[in-house]
Amino acid sequence: MLGRLGAGAVVALSLTLPAAADEPVTTFTLDNGLNVVVIEDHRAPVVVQMIWYRVGAADEPPGHSGIAHFLEHLMFKGTEKVAPNAFSGIVEAQGGDDNAFTSWDYTAYFQRIAADRLDLVMEMEADRMRNLRLTEDDVATERQVILEERSQRTDSDPSSLLIEQMRAAQYMNHPYAIPVIGWRHEMEQLSREDALSYYERFYAPNNATLVIAGDVEPEAVRALAEKHYGPLEPSEGIVPRERPQEPPQLAERRIVLADERVSEPYVFRTYLAPERDPGDQKTAAALTVLAELLGGNGQTSFLARELQFDRQVAVYSSAFYDGTSIDDGTFGIAVVPAPDVSLETIEGDLDRALEAFLKEGPDPAALERIRTQVRAGEIYARDSVENLANSYGKGLSVGLTVADIDGWDEALSAVTEADVMEAARMVLDRKNAVTGWLTKPAAEGETTE
Amino acid sequence: MIRAVFVALFLLAVPARAEIEIKEVTSPGGITAWLVEDHNIPFAALEIQFKGGTSLDAPAKRGAVNLMTATLEEGAGEMDSRAFAEAREALAADISFDSGSDSVGVSVKFLTENRDQVVDLLREALINPRFDQDAVDRVREQVLSNLRSNEKDPGAIASERFDQLAFGDHPYATTGDGTIETVTALTRDDILAAHKGALARDRIYVAASGDITAEELGVLLDRLLGNLPATGAPLPQDAPWLLPAGVTVVDFPTPQSTVFFGQKGIPRDDPDFFPAFVLNEVLGGGRFTARLMSEVREKRGLTYGIGTYLVNMDHADMLLGQFAASNDKVAEAIQVVREEWGRIVTEGVTPEELETTKTYLTGSYPLRFDGNGPIASILVGMQMDGMPRDYVTTRNAKVEAVTMEDIKRVAARLFKPDDLQFVVVGQPEGL
Repeated sequence: MLGRLGAGAVVALSLTLPAAADEPVTTFTLDNGLNVVVIEDHRAPVVVQMIWYRVGAADEPPGHSGIAHFLEHLMFKGTEKVAPNAFSGIVEAQGGDDNAFTSWDYTAYFQRIAADRLDLVMEMEADRMRNLRLTEDDVATERQVILEERSQRTDSDPSSLLIEQMRAAQYMNHPYAIPVIGWRHEMEQLSREDALSYYERFYAPNNATLVIAGDVEPEAVRALAEKHYGPLEPSEGIVPRERPQEPPQLAERRIVLADERVSEPYVFRTYLAPERDPGDQKTAAALTVLAELLGGNGQTSFLARELQFDRQVAVYSSAFYDGTSIDDGTFGIAVVPAPDVSLETIEGDLDRALEAFLKEGPDPAALERIRTQVRAGEIYARDSVENLANSYGKGLSVGLTVADIDGWDEALSAVTEADVMEAARMVLDRKNAVTGWLTKPAAEGETTE
Repeated sequence: MIRAVFVALFLLAVPARAEIEIKEVTSPGGITAWLVEDHNIPFAALEIQFKGGTSLDAPAKRGAVNLMTATLEEGAGEMDSRAFAEAREALAADISFDSGSDSVGVSVKFLTENRDQVVDLLREALINPRFDQDAVDRVREQVLSNLRSNEKDPGAIASERFDQLAFGDHPYATTGDGTIETVTALTRDDILAAHKGALARDRIYVAASGDITAEELGVLLDRLLGNLPATGAPLPQDAPWLLPAGVTVVDFPTPQSTVFFGQKGIPRDDPDFFPAFVLNEVLGGGRFTARLMSEVREKRGLTYGIGTYLVNMDHADMLLGQFAASNDKVAEAIQVVREEWGRIVTEGVTPEELETTKTYLTGSYPLRFDGNGPIASILVGMQMDGMPRDYVTTRNAKVEAVTMEDIKRVAARLFKPDDLQFVVVGQPEGL
């Protein structure tokens, strides 16, 4: 609904993720380490500025969950040059929009504005990279806002609570276990000092990627970037992001969340799954195609056919995977059973369907249709320069290169039946999985399911 | 400084895209559409809206138009559900059907290279849908699943209660998805009747944007839509406005209350609409500097977000708002909303607020036209609202023309603090 959001939700798979742009893309690096990407699109006199910091919720100090997202909110509080809470107002008074978002691997800020206002928003964004001013009052009030945000987006929604619990079980050692919004008891303790020390260490030109997309010329962008970002001092606190890794996962985990606000019980399963690696996206591409084959379309996907068409045991099924992360991500499957089908039964049906897929392998015609859609997706993607900016910013922030990002559609198109089967056998292993049941509370005298 | 910005943005707004030249295309068969040609990328977006929508449902058949619309993609002509979906995938066409209170919509994106095949496929879905019993039943189960979810969703509960209070026995009083009882009882014949009543040429609005010429679009229109029936079901009557003032609490076990609030709005073609539009933006716009965001979120931390909206439906005009706040803070938040509602009447807005809001509205307007899909959608909306094609070049001047006197007059006319109704879903303290 509103901005300055924590990106904590499940990310649905999209085969049309923009990757290889036919639009000219130019990259360069300033002396202070700031990476710059320029994507030209001269169809409209509009520009998008995005600054992506290579720091997110998975980089928080232990016990301070939510600080990455809290700082994102506080970044709008002002500097010496920009009065408290005036940042958005200045952008809006120029006819622009601005917002920000936080994930486990990155924190990003953006403005969309008339192309001839780029100078102004660059000046403001560069200013708050190093010159944030925070008062105790700002922090106390904004802390209430993020607690209300947690209430609205997580605590009021049993599905969000289940997903949060499942992540915590999925990752036994890696900080991806921790919700981006933060655990409430730790959010309540977040202080001005927490925010400032995190800010001073991580918000610096050598820890950021600037993406400028729209009606701009690369040389003009370079000049503006030199002028505004060039003078900023790099941080000495930037080290490679080597987070604690998962040990071998030897036992499947099961979560049952019962909540009286649940009306439609369902089964949700996540498997630990490898991510896209720089120079090696083959497995991630195969997993992306596997998710599409299993549960990407309500009429044609394998699970829809098995559980909704051939037999009517489910009303909805879906599979999803997003490999754009620094460390292992998850491959997810959700099934909502028909009203008279129990969660136990539908989970059994799901597992039998997955076994059948592993036996039968993918339908070559379905694979060919996916390739067609990938090719078309490249064309449709060119219609939104903002999505292209997102794709580059996100990819570069998790350590991929421009060549990886440009090569993603090709990697998807190259996936063979054998690749899909290999990926499926690797990922669909219940030892690596968390199975969640969202249910209504059992009535008196009943047992759950 | 501000004046200079104005001029620049006004100029920007007019030729925002030199290519934003809206043509009116009339097909040989007499169907009109608006078109923005842009041959930069080899695809086009097509947007079709049929006026009427779910409000065409008879009370006992509530949900028929929604279920019909959701089943359009489940098989047509020789193709069953799966064959239709596979054909669509093989063409890499993006086709979606959607029903709302006032219209049924079809949004399509297709590559230039297989435009004709996509049109043929879509025509089958619109003209010749199968509505196989097994497909109707399967989609019905999905609708019922959503209806059961909505019974436990605070936002859905709040908006449904609000509509009940406002609209008496008009279709707007209930959700177009229907009830569990009515949807369960819908037959295949009901779906066929809903299809015949909702998709007809006498209520059609079309726009296209992208890689297609006027001549090509003309041919496409006849081929795609020419065989639809000439007339459909009678359009709904205007809705009564029965909303009482006050606070309505719906008990729901959750730590945070969800609030829907509002009062009567102002028609889209009212001479005072633009001052009202500016006033709403000052008070409840989505910007962080709007008064309610500033007072309720930024200064007091009572909510994550709050906004108000002028909602213009075909048969009712509303001024609505919504937010969520913890059960122990929601009473205070409602009090702040009431105070701000009164303050805008007694104090109006400052000249500075008026100027910055105008600059925002005029400057952000061209940013909306960012791609073929959004352009086609905006063009259809303009036609349904009865606007001329040159509205895109005159709209910002209408915003600019709003004066402090207009603001004062319209604030007193529009904002009625004593008329406000707050529907609160949760376990609020002190209400």
